[in-house]
Amino acid sequence: MASTTTSDAGPLLARRPMKTQGRWSFLTTVDHKKIGIMYFWTTLVFFALGGFEAVFVRTQLMKAESTFMAEELYNQLFTMHGVTMVFLVVMPLSAAFFNYLLPLMIGARDVAFPRLNAFSYWVYLFGGIFLYSSFFLGGAPNGGWFGYAPLSTNIPGNNMAFYAMSLQILGISSLAASVNFIVTIVNMRAVGMTFMRMPVFVWMSLVVNFLLLFSLPIITVGLIMLQFDIALGTSFYQASAGGDPILWQHLFWLFGHPEVYILILPAMGIVSEVLPTFSKKPLFGYSFLVFAGAAIGFIGFGVWAHHMFTSAIGPVARASFGLSTMFIAVPTGIKIFNWVFTMIGGKIKFTTAMLFSVGFVAMFTIGGLSGVTHAIVPHDYQQTDTYWVVAHFHYVLFGGAMFGGVSGMYYWFPKVTGKLMNETLGRLHFWTWFIGFNLTFGPMHMSGLLGQPRRTAVLPAGLGDAVVLYNLLSTLGAFVLIVSSLIFLVNLIKSIKSGEPSGNDPWDARTLEWMTESPTPEVNFYEIPVVAHRDEFWHRKYAEDEAGVLRPVPAGASEDHDVDAAVATDEHADDGHGHIHMPDPSYWPLVMTAAFLPFGYAVIYKSAPLLLLAAVWMFAGFYGWIIEPLAAGDDD
Amino acid sequence: MRDPHLHPVPTAPRRRPVGRVVLLALLAFALAACSASAPQSVLDPQGPAAQQPDDLFRVVLLIALVVFLVVQGLIIYAVVKFRDNGDGELPKQVHGNTKMELVWTIVPALILAGISVPTIKAVFDLAEEPPGAMIVEVIGHSWWWEYRYPGLGPDGTDLITANEMVLPENTDITLKMTAEESGSTANAVIHAYWIPALAGKQDVVPGRITTINLQTSGPDVYMGQCTEYCGLSHANMRNYATVLSAADFDAWVELQGTPAAMPAEGSDAAEGARLFAQLRDVEGLGQRACVSCHAISGYVGPDGEVAGAGVGPDLTHLMDREMFAGAIFDLYETSDGWGTWTDEPNVEDLVKWVQNAPEMKAMRATGENALGMPNLGLTEQEARQIVAYLLTLK
Amino acid sequence: MSTAAHETTLGVDHRKLAMWVFLGSEFLFFGAFISTFLLYFKETNGGPGVELFDIAFTSVSSFILLMSSLTMVLAHNAHAHRDMRRLRMWLLATAMLGLVFIGGQAFEFTTFYKEGLTLATSPMSSAFFVLTGLHGAHVTIGIVLLLSTYALTKTGKITPEQDVKTEIVGLYWHFVDIVWVLIFTVVYLIPYDIVVFGG
Repeated sequence: MASTTTSDAGPLLARRPMKTQGRWSFLTTVDHKKIGIMYFWTTLVFFALGGFEAVFVRTQLMKAESTFMAEELYNQLFTMHGVTMVFLVVMPLSAAFFNYLLPLMIGARDVAFPRLNAFSYWVYLFGGIFLYSSFFLGGAPNGGWFGYAPLSTNIPGNNMAFYAMSLQILGISSLAASVNFIVTIVNMRAVGMTFMRMPVFVWMSLVVNFLLLFSLPIITVGLIMLQFDIALGTSFYQASAGGDPILWQHLFWLFGHPEVYILILPAMGIVSEVLPTFSKKPLFGYSFLVFAGAAIGFIGFGVWAHHMFTSAIGPVARASFGLSTMFIAVPTGIKIFNWVFTMIGGKIKFTTAMLFSVGFVAMFTIGGLSGVTHAIVPHDYQQTDTYWVVAHFHYVLFGGAMFGGVSGMYYWFPKVTGKLMNETLGRLHFWTWFIGFNLTFGPMHMSGLLGQPRRTAVLPAGLGDAVVLYNLLSTLGAFVLIVSSLIFLVNLIKSIKSGEPSGNDPWDARTLEWMTESPTPEVNFYEIPVVAHRDEFWHRKYAEDEAGVLRPVPAGASEDHDVDAAVATDEHADDGHGHIHMPDPSYWPLVMTAAFLPFGYAVIYKSAPLLLLAAVWMFAGFYGWIIEPLAAGDDD
Repeated sequence: MRDPHLHPVPTAPRRRPVGRVVLLALLAFALAACSASAPQSVLDPQGPAAQQPDDLFRVVLLIALVVFLVVQGLIIYAVVKFRDNGDGELPKQVHGNTKMELVWTIVPALILAGISVPTIKAVFDLAEEPPGAMIVEVIGHSWWWEYRYPGLGPDGTDLITANEMVLPENTDITLKMTAEESGSTANAVIHAYWIPALAGKQDVVPGRITTINLQTSGPDVYMGQCTEYCGLSHANMRNYATVLSAADFDAWVELQGTPAAMPAEGSDAAEGARLFAQLRDVEGLGQRACVSCHAISGYVGPDGEVAGAGVGPDLTHLMDREMFAGAIFDLYETSDGWGTWTDEPNVEDLVKWVQNAPEMKAMRATGENALGMPNLGLTEQEARQIVAYLLTLK
Repeated sequence: MSTAAHETTLGVDHRKLAMWVFLGSEFLFFGAFISTFLLYFKETNGGPGVELFDIAFTSVSSFILLMSSLTMVLAHNAHAHRDMRRLRMWLLATAMLGLVFIGGQAFEFTTFYKEGLTLATSPMSSAFFVLTGLHGAHVTIGIVLLLSTYALTKTGKITPEQDVKTEIVGLYWHFVDIVWVLIFTVVYLIPYDIVVFGG
């Protein structure tokens, strides 16, 4: 593909890798689609790890006073389950979708900074490896995913130092990605792709990346101070020296609540694409959905202290954050009704993707309603830190983010592979997933209201037989989910190997990504389309007649009227197919980011030589990056 | 002897008024039946500080139930009614409806505004310290609770006890809470105090004083548990509250203010009392005498040692309580689940505990930032002698 | 990229837009640290506090850093006029001023350490050293960027036409300066006034 490069000149080291095909090309790729695929598989691996942690936790709680494992191990596993699912599964799964889809949906050939994009992925991978290496280096983090100080600073050992360091590393990955995606969405839209013509998924992605941009620095500040307290004996959070443990809570939740929306909004975006496609109707109330998403983004920064209603904050703060928390339910409710009314009046086709999206709406509603009960501040004093909350946020994150994510996997699988996933296995996956999910997390509402606290390694028999029974049910549900996940894995591998060909547009879809070939060609679009409508692709396929009834547009007709304009606006498409210049692959993102491993260990083991090595390594990588030869027109 | 009047056995399972059960019946039939046997349930408030939030919760739960039924009903309607019938026609392309959007923006907003008024009122109600309330100081340690009753001891000193909070009936109480280890905030972490039947939880933070205001009703025993993750043995940091009649409470105060008597010479208990201050040297275990951590008012060791250290729980009237080790083990045998105890001491668990506590409850008793009771390296006979002494601390 | 700098939706260079977006994030980063210092500036744990500040000295070093913003503007101006010789001169001047500032900070830190204000003395000292230290790290990164720009103009990697690269380095540099103005006001002047003169 890359025909106009300067890389054939210069010494060997300064040359750019040229391979864009084959397995090894993944190491040097800067192609947003390949990076998206790498994010996806890495996410699956961490999902398996986080899932195993969950199953161990559930096995411990299967019966009262269990001695299946000791407290220390339990504490590490529940902490790692939370950290893994939030930072290594749901967030990067969103990044997988952002990567693969955003350029396609806005009519671009790649993201704004392809090498920085590869950088983000590798930092994520090394950050995850670094975090998990703690299991072999004296024990994984054991202070909870929320890492409350001063506990996180005075647990002996390096457990929580690994927590603080790896979250900072992962934060760098997300921050770089957020800058990249914001610039991509804002600055790389095809001609005619105005903001109000963008697919809702793109909108939600934009909101998410702004949330990341503004919330990550705050947690980073909290983590830096935590790291100093752990490693260098400072007293940011130490009451004995005049520090304030509550400061950590404010910083953590100022990040942590926007984080909740960072996790859920991409799934909302996915569902907003899937529901209209399979209902054969446009999204109901597009602009309300978009503004509701943006409103959630804004209000999301003003509700953090609802995680702290029982912390050391006064009644005024409790009351005002209770109010803001209630009102964030309004835009969320708007979305739910819009999704439902997208289906009503449609012609619904129940593909697996659609099942998961409908499941999302139904389950997320439950999570949203139990969320409203948290805003009843005085009763939150009862609910908080019980399994009622565990039930709530799993209905939002599993019933929401994971259902939406899986829906997206089924929906865009043909886009990525050109093949269809097996629908029979898909249905089996959905129903086992749906039943397993409700069996696991439904009873937690009850065990919480009956007084079972979170994060406890022992289920006291004294809580009563009902609580013990509900816990048994939850554990059984977790095993059903394991079976369900295996069904998905089999389906995934089977479909990749021998799925039926899907054609370019298997779902009769609406948005730009389906206008090009499936699997997506390396250049994405041979000609960048000019956009005249929301749901551009749909409008090229169907036209409304005078009575408001849709008629298919004859094949080819729509092509004609746009081709000239498309070519005219896409000077860089050069002389026709096959000569479009794409960014060259690069070694440097991988080389540079590997330095984060020695850097992390240097900070934890306070090793100056290792720190020096990491600094030199990073600096060298940075320079390799800068002096790498660029083809004319490349500018990352 | 342990006075049975001081520790009333709950007569019948507590029940909510029938009206509320009906209100909730649709949502959770199982719950109504089970909460009576779930002593830590939040659905069984036993005082106004727990009742007020519970009332609000039930209203909101009902509204949530209605919304739930509406939304799920619409989903089911859509899914059943609007399946693709395969006729090849495309549905009408509806893009939205501003009126409907306004309805489902404004109606929820109004409902929430309506709920917010009593919610905010309740926040301020609960934060208000009732004038003349009895103060109990609560101190969270890793992993047990200490209680101090200011001015209730002899000559205006504090009464100090652990694990069991004893309160008089029908009284306004203000808990003033903080977290400490060995009298300092240096190694302390955040805990949360929670007895759901009496009031919602509140974090207990090193270096700060937080409060819970509550009002007791009749005599009863309530279960509670630490609910803010506090490290290794968080699961084993439990507590309970006993509400006594006014007369019983006065008797309890009287008893707690009395120093413990030393056991008679020559008994096992006397040998245990000696060991309490003077354990034989065991290589590598260092200073480990009981008196270096536990206080017993009235204790006099063989060489005049006093037991005044406040690292672990005060043991002066240990056997007046029903549970030990962060309220995870019974001091007296239970007859029927949690909340009813016989007069038979649970000697075996006590012996095991004294001999090797970290085996009974996860603790980090040695090393950096040590917390909890270490393995004292005692022989079984020594442990039994110490327990014989502890059993005299009524 | 195929739709290169001159082909963007907003008509703004990707890299410039990215720097603006990134600086938005950085602003909150420093904002959170500055807030922490404001929370803690009286928490001296029995050690020395803000009365150690030498306002006169820091005023001078602040002035030097501010002057570097001027030289940075001149550098970009030179690049915009394709005057690579003047560009390099101003880049060096900016880097030098930055170095002087860092030297001043090193001197200040050393003085404080000698007076007993160390990293782990108190929440106040920790907040001070971590905040100003991280700002110093940002200045240092800025100096590296300036010197890199200098070197790359020599190797021809940055051409006279690519003044946007100087502009982006300049954006970062100005940001770091502006943050310092904020730090000097909110971390040095106001707490000093409150503690030493009672507000």
